[in-house]
Amino acid sequence: MSERTIFDLGRPGRRAAAQHPARGDLGDLPRGHLRGAPPALPEVSELQAVRHYTNLSAKNFAIDNRFYPLGSCTMKYNPRGAHRAAGLPGFLNRHPLAPDALSQGFLSCLYELQETLKTVTGMAGVSLAPMAGAQGEFAGVAMIRAYHDARGDAERREIIVPSAAHGTNPATATMCGYRAREVAVGAEGDVDIAELKQALGPQTAGIMLTNPSTCGVFERRILEIADRVHEAGGLLYYDGANLNAILGKARPGDMGFDVAHLNLHKTFATPHGGGGPGAGPVAVGERLLAHLPMPFVLRDAAGGGYRWADERDCPASIGRLSAFMGNAGILLRALAYARMLGREGMRRVGEYATLNANYLMVRLAAAGFELAYPERRASHEFLVTFRGEAKALGITAMDVAKRLLDYGCHAPTTYFPLLVPECFLIEPTETETKEELDAFVDAMVRIKAEAERDPKLVQSAPHTLPVTRLDEVRAARELKLTNRA
Amino acid sequence: MPFIPHTPEDTEAMLAAIGAPSLDALFDEIDPALKDPDLSAIPKGVDEMTMLADMAERARRDETGPCFLGAGCYDHHIPAAVWDIAGRGEFLTAYTPYQAEASQGTLQLIYEYQSMMTALTGTEVSNASVYDGGSGLGEAVLMAVRARRRAPARRVAVAGACHPHYLAAASTITRNQGIAIDAPCVGADGTADLDALAAAGPAAAVIVQQPNFYGALEPVDEIARWAAQAGALLIAVVNPMALGVLKPPGDWGDDGADIVCGDGQPLGIPMASGGPSFGFLCTRERFVRQLPGRIVGRTVDRAGRTGYTLTLQAREQHIRRAKATSNICTNQGLLVTAATIYLALMGGEGLRRTASACHARTRELVAALAAVDGVRQRFAAPFFHECVLDIGQPADAVAAALARRGIVGGLPLGRFDPELANCLLVCATEKRTAADIDAFAAAMSEALR
Repeated sequence: MSERTIFDLGRPGRRAAAQHPARGDLGDLPRGHLRGAPPALPEVSELQAVRHYTNLSAKNFAIDNRFYPLGSCTMKYNPRGAHRAAGLPGFLNRHPLAPDALSQGFLSCLYELQETLKTVTGMAGVSLAPMAGAQGEFAGVAMIRAYHDARGDAERREIIVPSAAHGTNPATATMCGYRAREVAVGAEGDVDIAELKQALGPQTAGIMLTNPSTCGVFERRILEIADRVHEAGGLLYYDGANLNAILGKARPGDMGFDVAHLNLHKTFATPHGGGGPGAGPVAVGERLLAHLPMPFVLRDAAGGGYRWADERDCPASIGRLSAFMGNAGILLRALAYARMLGREGMRRVGEYATLNANYLMVRLAAAGFELAYPERRASHEFLVTFRGEAKALGITAMDVAKRLLDYGCHAPTTYFPLLVPECFLIEPTETETKEELDAFVDAMVRIKAEAERDPKLVQSAPHTLPVTRLDEVRAARELKLTNRA
Repeated sequence: MPFIPHTPEDTEAMLAAIGAPSLDALFDEIDPALKDPDLSAIPKGVDEMTMLADMAERARRDETGPCFLGAGCYDHHIPAAVWDIAGRGEFLTAYTPYQAEASQGTLQLIYEYQSMMTALTGTEVSNASVYDGGSGLGEAVLMAVRARRRAPARRVAVAGACHPHYLAAASTITRNQGIAIDAPCVGADGTADLDALAAAGPAAAVIVQQPNFYGALEPVDEIARWAAQAGALLIAVVNPMALGVLKPPGDWGDDGADIVCGDGQPLGIPMASGGPSFGFLCTRERFVRQLPGRIVGRTVDRAGRTGYTLTLQAREQHIRRAKATSNICTNQGLLVTAATIYLALMGGEGLRRTASACHARTRELVAALAAVDGVRQRFAAPFFHECVLDIGQPADAVAAALARRGIVGGLPLGRFDPELANCLLVCATEKRTAADIDAFAAAMSEALR
């Protein structure tokens, strides 16, 4: 039965009648504007819908039911209290364009979150408008461009990104009308400074860096990089994907970054929702303050009321990024989380995320797995490479990932960053227990033994899930994207 | 320690295994000058009970009487089952379904969503969401310009009254690629001025919103035919609830709209200050490789069983990097989940009933308000579910007076167009009762006195 879609469950004329109001009169509307046949949506009872989607949910791995060490995604516990706070009726029923006078509670929350993020990033101003990390990146690079444009510095056409960067970085540069120029990452995971110096010049608009990097290590020469980029007239963009590693321990503003985005769905524990929503607020230094995206919240002098900033407050803003206030409900969850952590709790996030990653890394190394950067401290995540297993046993990182699913564990990020062959990027987060990490090591050790004894078992995994490996080539070649295809 | 499970013994044993003397030693690769910043401006942590009491106090301050404001965000009834199911941890706390075998729940749901949205809009393919309606229009414009690479201009025209915030967001998103979005061509009746549109010259694409920002119905068949003849792609911005009764964009003119976008908020998503909701993006199959974002396809596993997987990933940033169709990664998955459950519960008939009930309530509202001295309908064009009223006085002040009575009484339009300074955009959903409408009319009558 599990293969049936909601459409297959329906019968003509069946409906969830308790949800359907009486028909209204449409007699005033010209017939040419009206729909002929009703849309071909499912015709099911309320119970059928509830049962179908409950059963579908049971086919998902999630943080609530599994260890989920997906590198660079920070799959930590999503506190239910924060969820409850965002669902309070006054927040849930607030219209986005309600007058400021009827919105002081909501505006006070956003203002407090702006202030918190300013402090924790060491920056001068914050806009909460971007709706995900990639939109935060867009806002950040658009601000860099607005800064150069405002100075008449139109020759700067390049954004530098390390070769290990998230794909969103070069894609963002393109969306902002820039060329992305890659620089190499050295043998120990730091940006190759010599190559960076070569890349810098009057064409440099800025650099996008993730720190700790996507290699799971801290960029040790960040202060020197900042000086070099600034000397060349460029600005520095901080990709906050990995901020969880250093939350409360070090700040992008102090490192010399001009703009940073934060992924609240990572560092501030808001739920990932099966692919969003996220939120990607941007924090900026003095140079970019005038260009912050709208809207953001101002507080009148002398502790008075709160209000939205508008074009008169911020004529050089890069503008709006959404119809309203971005992912407001996610912002409320992040504030609730920040309130429960407090300043001392934020510091502990960075410390215990790093403790868990280093512990897991040391244990896996001791169990015979090859680390990509064995000489380095892990940040909140680290890289293991299966190039040895691939060569000796024909077992790939993908095989190990699929077999881990059989052991009840979500797989780490695979094949990223691209420069490390056959890799896992493993991020346990601070909310996992030592026992959970030990169980993961046990599973990995058992899979390694299976790979040596019976490689086919691993190569054909998973064996315990609703489906085995899917034919992705066929999915892309014979597109079946709807029930009518 | 909130949300951190380590006992002192755990921490000690783990540090010993690592060979580090202290937690701080784990940060020894960071320049000492950068370490341990001053966080004293952030308050101390509080427990959940204290946090919730504080947040509840703030939320209470924002509780209002009935809402008559729409403008892209609507106060519909949400069946209890929608968030009971969408809020399950298995949906709420999963991530992008990269590991297909461990994510068949989310993947099949997205496939069903794609099926529902294409049925609703009368199109062939849908992605798995973008952030919201406004940013989604930006993505639609980028898509259209990519698909019309040989178009004479990187100019996009706007036929009729389109939501100014949508146009602002789309402009922010597309401006740096040398794309210009024109000012809307609006005639005296509040809908598209086709002569002005034709006079403006060649465009890569034309945007039309239906119903438009003023709630008025645009002559979409004419606009579609004009766009096809002018060689411009047609981008439709639609309210998905309205499509329960209005002609779907796939049927406009002779050949339908090329790209259909909008905001999914009316489909089971609370207003929640405007977000999170989700943007939908649908198109013709021949443009599928220009779609940004996730797309799910049906396929088979090694045993021949039906399964679902992310597909056409070569469009996306994690594969194509600088040449991707967009930088979008995380989208609005949870809201897609809610909307899918909502559409399953409504079906075609439920959606038709809800949309028609919204319209009937709005007609009652307009009649009640137009009976107040000095209030009249501003535009002659037929409206659906939303309407502009001229109230004969500066609408900002009247809206503030209504707010003092706890009524969210529509959107004053002077901030968008000084000629409409005396105008309010009002809306009623199926939730507004006759008593709500009477109370609004009485408050309006007092406010105008």
